[in-house]
Amino acid sequence: MLPKKVKKRASLLAILLFTSVIGIFLILNALNKNILYFNSPTDIKINQDINFDKKIRVGGMVKKDTLKIKDQEIRFIITDFKNEINVSFKGTIPNLFAEGKGVVAEGKLQDKKFFVADRILAKHDENYMPPELKNIMKDNAK
Amino acid sequence: MLNFFHNSYIFILIEKLVNFINSIFFVLLLVALSFALVFSPPDYLQGDSVRIMYVHVPAAWISLASFSCIAIFSILNFIFKIKNLKLITKSIAPIGLMFTCIAIVTGSIWGKPTWGTFWAWDARITSMVIMALFYLFFIVIYKFFDDDKANKISSILAVIGLINIPIIKYSVEWWSTLHQPASIKITGTSTIHSSMLTPLMLMFFVLILYCALIFLMKYKTEIIKIKKKNLKRYDQ
Repeated sequence: MLPKKVKKRASLLAILLFTSVIGIFLILNALNKNILYFNSPTDIKINQDINFDKKIRVGGMVKKDTLKIKDQEIRFIITDFKNEINVSFKGTIPNLFAEGKGVVAEGKLQDKKFFVADRILAKHDENYMPPELKNIMKDNAK
Repeated sequence: MLNFFHNSYIFILIEKLVNFINSIFFVLLLVALSFALVFSPPDYLQGDSVRIMYVHVPAAWISLASFSCIAIFSILNFIFKIKNLKLITKSIAPIGLMFTCIAIVTGSIWGKPTWGTFWAWDARITSMVIMALFYLFFIVIYKFFDDDKANKISSILAVIGLINIPIIKYSVEWWSTLHQPASIKITGTSTIHSSMLTPLMLMFFVLILYCALIFLMKYKTEIIKIKKKNLKRYDQ
């Protein structure tokens, strides 16, 4: 049998772990909205009380064939395959920004369907492969 | 059997292990680096900046693993009061801190060309910074309190920090983050091509060896410190 002192220390530690897990869970639960780095177009559609003066981030995929560049202004549609939002942006874009790829736009909502971004971040996906393989996959898709 | 855990015995064992690792480490490092920097293909999207991943990912893995080790040893130490475990946790902590910093710095260097920003306060990156702070406090506490007290406080700190580990791991799945989800999955197919997975695993192995080397040397120093203390006591 374990000595009494050892048992005491073990139970103290177990209680400590238990309470801090619950504490951190509650904190994360309360912060839930703020932990999200960006909102999806669906989040914005559902959300009733949007502050149009506050900067927010919208993330999703750049919809294919919607990217238009006109007089330094870039327009495209962010989609999460359920809802869409129009984005307008002036400035430099990261290298990985492309149609059909993930994107996070930072800026202000004009209305629920139109977003004016002042910063664009490209979101990279978890796929890593050499360029030759990508070409083969493209050929197979055709 | 008791002799096996005696500090002098461990000391000799460490010497042998350090010599062995030293003899193979640099060759393996050269092999792994040449695979990672020269022979592996560039990524179809990121180009050559994918090579940062060969340091970033192993560093992140090691930082998570060493914190888990510290936490488990701290729990055992707190409950059973085993002197050696304290030395082990004290020796792992600086390595963990170093690799956490490497993961954060390489990540932000990679972030600039791919995401378009050095820094984003998303869940993954923030929780990594929190872990770095836990490491920092764990190390610093020993400088401010005497050994017995510091040992108790750091154990409790490690237990609380342990909760952060699953948060780091699953942050990319639970919340929307700028950081991409894991490419290498324990169950299911990995979304990284094998020509990139091989150098990654090689680099991971080499960095683990490096960790072992630093850990053993640090452990040795801690044992020497104790011996010195005992000598002083003997003199008086």
